[in-house]
Amino acid sequence: MSRLPTWIGQHLAAVRAIIVLTLITGGLYPLLVLGIAQAAFRNQANGSLVTYNGKVAGSSLLCQEFTDPKGNPLPRYFQPRPSTAAAPGSKTGFGCDPNYSGASNLGPNNPALLKNVQSYKAAYAAFNRVPPSAVPPDAVTTSASGLDPYISPQNAADQVNRVAAARRLPVGEVRSLVARYTQSRTLGFLGEPRVNVLLLNIALDKLSVTSGG
Amino acid sequence: MSGSVAGFLQAGLLVLALAVCHRPLGDYIARVVTGDRDWRAEKAIYRMMGVDPRADQRWSVYLRSMLAFSAISVLAVYLFERIQGHLFLSNGMPGVTPDLAWNTAASFTTNTNWQNYSGETTMGYLTQMSGLAVQNFASAAVGIAIAIALVRGFARSRTDRLGNFWVDLTRITVRVLLPLSVIGALILVAGGAVDNFTATHVIHTLTGSSQNMVGGPVASQEVIKEMGNNGGGFYNANSAHPFENPNPFTNWFEIFLILVIPFSLCRTFGRMVGDNRQGYAILSVMVTIWVASAALVSFFENSHAGTALRAAGAAMEGKNVAFGIPGSSLFAASTTVTSTGAVNSFHDSYTPFGGAVLIFNMMMGEVTPGGVGAGLYGILMLAVITVFVGGLMVGRTPEYIGKKIRPAEMKYAALYVLATPALVLIFSGLALAFRVPRESILNPGPHGLTEIMYAYTSMANNNGSAFAGLATNTTWYNVTGGIVMLLSRFAPMIFVLALGGSLAKQQTVPVSVGTMPTHKPLFVGMVIGVILLIVGLTYFPALALGPFAEGLH
Repeated sequence: MSRLPTWIGQHLAAVRAIIVLTLITGGLYPLLVLGIAQAAFRNQANGSLVTYNGKVAGSSLLCQEFTDPKGNPLPRYFQPRPSTAAAPGSKTGFGCDPNYSGASNLGPNNPALLKNVQSYKAAYAAFNRVPPSAVPPDAVTTSASGLDPYISPQNAADQVNRVAAARRLPVGEVRSLVARYTQSRTLGFLGEPRVNVLLLNIALDKLSVTSGG
Repeated sequence: MSGSVAGFLQAGLLVLALAVCHRPLGDYIARVVTGDRDWRAEKAIYRMMGVDPRADQRWSVYLRSMLAFSAISVLAVYLFERIQGHLFLSNGMPGVTPDLAWNTAASFTTNTNWQNYSGETTMGYLTQMSGLAVQNFASAAVGIAIAIALVRGFARSRTDRLGNFWVDLTRITVRVLLPLSVIGALILVAGGAVDNFTATHVIHTLTGSSQNMVGGPVASQEVIKEMGNNGGGFYNANSAHPFENPNPFTNWFEIFLILVIPFSLCRTFGRMVGDNRQGYAILSVMVTIWVASAALVSFFENSHAGTALRAAGAAMEGKNVAFGIPGSSLFAASTTVTSTGAVNSFHDSYTPFGGAVLIFNMMMGEVTPGGVGAGLYGILMLAVITVFVGGLMVGRTPEYIGKKIRPAEMKYAALYVLATPALVLIFSGLALAFRVPRESILNPGPHGLTEIMYAYTSMANNNGSAFAGLATNTTWYNVTGGIVMLLSRFAPMIFVLALGGSLAKQQTVPVSVGTMPTHKPLFVGMVIGVILLIVGLTYFPALALGPFAEGLH
C-alpha cells in the first residue's frame, strides 16, 4: 500500500477521530447519563413538574404568570418577579415563557431601565398598598432567566395582606403559609432565602378549597 | 446569618473544596499524560483513528495534527447545524443559517462558546448533544494537550519530541473528562437539572393559561460546559436557567467545576517538571487574582451604583433571587477569570465598575486560572516574560525551570502576548468605525462602547460571556466573530508549541547562585505585576472611554 502524503494522512486521522469522539462523547456518554437520570432521578430529570388536582400545573423551577386573560395580575395569587421571557411582540403580563429565556440586558444607567423600575415600583405599591420606598428590589427588577420561580421573603410578606383580602382568609393564616414555603439558605449559607411562588399559590388554592373560600 | 457572612462562607467552602481536590486531580492528570500503558478501550480508539500511539511527535507535527483535528471539527459542527432539519431528535428546528452556523462552529471548536443564538429556538437536541457538546469535550482536551506539550518542553531535554497529540486528546477525554462528567452530571440532575428527550410541549398553568415546557439532554452538557470551561448554554439564559442550574447548591457546584481543572493543572505542571514548588508559585498567582477579582465584583455589586439600580434599591437586575448578589458575583468573577463564559446573571446589567472588573478579568488573557490548559500555557508564557524582565534587571541570562530564555524563546512569548490584544483592539475599532455593527448596540452612552469591547475581548480570549444587549446575530458579528475566535485560539497555540519545541531541545541547566528562584513570593509578585502591567498598558485607554467613563460620571 502506497503511503499517503502526511498532510492528507493527518486529515484522515482527524476525520476518523471526530467520528470516534462523536460516538463516545456525543452518543454513549449522554445516553448513559440520560438512562441513569431517568431511572434514578425521574422527577428532577423531567423538569420537577408539580400537579394539582391530578393534572400537571407547571414546573416548580419555572415561574408562571398569575394574570387574567388581559394580563392584569390576579389579586388572589402571589405574583412573581417581572419577566422578560416573552415571545417578541407579545403584550405585557405574558412573560415566563420558557421558549424565550433571557434577561433585559439593560445597563445600570440606561434611562429605559430606570423607567421600567419606576413603573414596576408604582404598580407594585398601588397593587399591594405599600409605600413605594418599601418596595423590595426583586419586585422591580427582571431576573437573569426571565423564569425566576422565586421571590424574596420580603416581597412575599408585602403581598400577604392583598392576597388574604382577595381570598377572605385571615392574614395570619396566609402569613404562616408563606413561612412554611420560605426556603432558607442551603446548609445555612449557600444562596439566599426565597419563596417559591407556584408552590405557595398551589398551597393557597388547596387551602381555599378546604376552607370553602 | 447576615448575607455577607453567608457570602464569605460560600466562597470559603469553595476555596476549601478546591484546596482538597487540586492535588489528587493534578497528580492524576500528570499520571494520565505521562503513563506508557494504554487502556484496552484506548487501543481500540487508536485503531479506529488509524494512528500509532507510540509515535512521539515533533512540535510541528503535533501542531499540524491539532490543526487538522480542529479544522475538521469546525467542518463537522457546521454540517451538523446546516442539516439538522433532516436529522432525528431535532425538536422541529430547521437548519441553521450559514453565517450563524459558521460562527457557532468556530465558537465551539475554539472553546469560546460565544452564542449568537437561543438554544431553545435554534438548536435541536441532536445538534446540541452530538455536535456542540462533543466540542465541549474535544476543545477542552485540545487545550489541556497543548499545555501538556509545553510542559514537556520544560521537562524534557535534548529532544525534538513533544508527545503524541492523538494520545493526549484521547487519554484526557477518556480518563479525565468523561468519568468526571458522568459523576458531575448525575449530581446536577439530582439537584434538579433536566435530562430528557421530551420535545417542547404546552402545559396548562395553575390559572389555566398555557406555557411552553422545554426539555433536552441538558445535565450531560451542563457539566462539561462548566468543567471544560466552554460555557455555551443549552438554553438562552445559560446557567441562569433553572433547568441548567436549579438551586444554590448546584450554583456553588458549577463554580467549583469551572475552577477545578485549571487550578489542578498547576499541580500537574509542578509534578511533570519535578518541582512541585514551581506549580504552587503559578497557583499562587492565579488564586491571588481570582480572589481579588471575586472580592471586587462582590463589592461593586453590593454598592448598586447606577441610576436605575439605585432606584431599584439593589443590583438585582439580571440576577436570580436564589443566587442573590454573592452567588452571582462569585460566578461572574469565576467565569471570566477562566475562559468559561457561562453566566448565571447578566453582565450587561452589572454596575459600571462590577462590569469593568469582568472585562478586565478577560483582558488579563485568561490566565488566572484561565481556560482548561489554555490558562496554564498562557501563564507559563507570562512567566517566561517575567524571568526575562527579571534577568534584564540583574543582567544575567534569564532561566525558567532549568531552561535558558534566549531571543528565540522571547520572540515566541512576545508574539503570544501581542496576538490577542491586537485582535481585540483592531476588531473593536472596525466595529465602531462602521454604521451597521454600531446599530447592534442596546445601551446608550459609554455603556454601548463597553458592549462592543466586551464582545471582542470575550471572543478573542475564547471566553464566550457577553454584554448580551449587543444584538450580535448579524452577518457582521457572525463573520468577524468566527474569524477572531479562530485566530485568537490557534495563532497563540502555534507560538506555544514552537516555544515548547525550542525548550525541549535545550539541555537542562543546573541551578546556580545566579539563577533567579521562581518558586518564591518575590517571583509570584513579579508575575502578577507583569500581568497587570501588560493589561494596563494595552487596554487602559479603551477602558477609560467605556466602563470608567460610565462609572465615574
